[in-house]
Amino acid sequence: MKSENNNLVLNTDLADQPKIAVSERIKSLQARHHFLSDANHQLEILAHGNTGNEFSLIPFQQQLENIGLYPLKPTGVEIFQVNLGKMCNQVCKHCHVDAGPDRKEIMTRETMQQCLDVLKNSPIKTVDLTGGAPELNPNFRWFVDEIKKLDKHVIVRCNLTIILANARFNDLPAYYKQHGIEIVSSLPFYTADRTDRQRGNGVFEQSIHALKLLNEEGYGIDGSGLILNLVYNPAGAFLPPSQQALEAEFKAELFKNHGISFNQLFAITNMPISRYLDYLLESGNYEKYMEKLTAAFNPAAAYGVMCRNTISVSWDGYLHDCDFNQMLEMKVSCADSTHISTFQLDELNNREIVLNQHCYGCTAGSGSSCGGTVT
Amino acid sequence: MSSNYYEAADLKKFGSIGEFQKPMADKFFDWYGEVFKDSALTAKEKSLIALAVSHAVQCPYCIDAYSSDAYEKGYSEAQMMEAVHVAAAIRGGASMVHGVQMMNKVKEIQM
Repeated sequence: MKSENNNLVLNTDLADQPKIAVSERIKSLQARHHFLSDANHQLEILAHGNTGNEFSLIPFQQQLENIGLYPLKPTGVEIFQVNLGKMCNQVCKHCHVDAGPDRKEIMTRETMQQCLDVLKNSPIKTVDLTGGAPELNPNFRWFVDEIKKLDKHVIVRCNLTIILANARFNDLPAYYKQHGIEIVSSLPFYTADRTDRQRGNGVFEQSIHALKLLNEEGYGIDGSGLILNLVYNPAGAFLPPSQQALEAEFKAELFKNHGISFNQLFAITNMPISRYLDYLLESGNYEKYMEKLTAAFNPAAAYGVMCRNTISVSWDGYLHDCDFNQMLEMKVSCADSTHISTFQLDELNNREIVLNQHCYGCTAGSGSSCGGTVT
Repeated sequence: MSSNYYEAADLKKFGSIGEFQKPMADKFFDWYGEVFKDSALTAKEKSLIALAVSHAVQCPYCIDAYSSDAYEKGYSEAQMMEAVHVAAAIRGGASMVHGVQMMNKVKEIQM
């Protein structure tokens, strides 16, 4: 597969890779000049629905007011999440980043250095690296090496197939082991049909292969200390079932059918933004899905939302309350500390978190975060 | 009343049956909630039973609710269709087994 927009980084990295995983719908919204590639259009739909009449939901802010949680304030930044770029070897149908091989936004080494400068003198203990496929950033390993020198706990959100996408990624499991990196990987289901429906044809088989390689290094194996967590998210217009029941099922099925072990399963709700929003609109499920999310609003989940202990840094160094706000281009509401170059922990810890209707995605049912349910 | 006997939008009004008789509705929904919890059978197993029964009683609201619920809980399309076959087989069998009654009656009166 070749990129059609002459993306140099992509052509260097990914051209002539026969095993690359892609869905039938091969391009990002951005490459298709889709109206949803504009964050303002997404916010417009979240506010008024797609028909422009009748449909309206209780504003999320009002729900928080009702339970005395507005303005929503941080409990203190504990997790420093960095989006290393939007480039990815997969084009998942639900991707809230609108990532794909055609995306060229990549964090520079200068911005990474600014992150390191912040982390060096910070009490923040956990750094969570995401993307796109974070490993596609050419400075990825340098960045991880430098973060580990600061003695931080590092989580990498690895899409699994990247390990097999190119020979130069084949040693990632060993590299991760060497640094004691915690791995979090999406596997929407323990069967191929549901996984491939969301992530692209052939992704399940490659993911299973990659999981076996990680198990061989000790990842997900009892007593190894090497953490491999999986992420479930619904392949369709519905909410996740019980995380606990699903974890037991995933463990039994993956072990029985493939001999695969892992630590925890995080059940994550799909956010009604970007490509998942496109899917909801195209399939006629948008309004019903939003009604489901709203009806399932859970105050206990609202208290535990991840934006209260997380800061999300975009590829270009701007600061956001979470990865979703980042994709909607909603920066933190600070006067001075809106970019990594002017990062001030005190100001961030006292900010008001920016809310919109997509926030219902994190407060439905048992709640949802990058670490699964929150109740 | 609407011009249709069944309205999809009525499903989400189910909870409002308490408007006409609250104490009994409260008891019903408490019991209903208890029935579908994980216990000797898992919530997932109960969902598939509910799907089959929905087809046996041909309740469109129940089919709507438990098609979503069973799929959400992870059953495959084939598993769900087999559940419907089970419901249909029991319904068919229930008719067929009465054939014995018919035969008995005929044998009773024939020469």
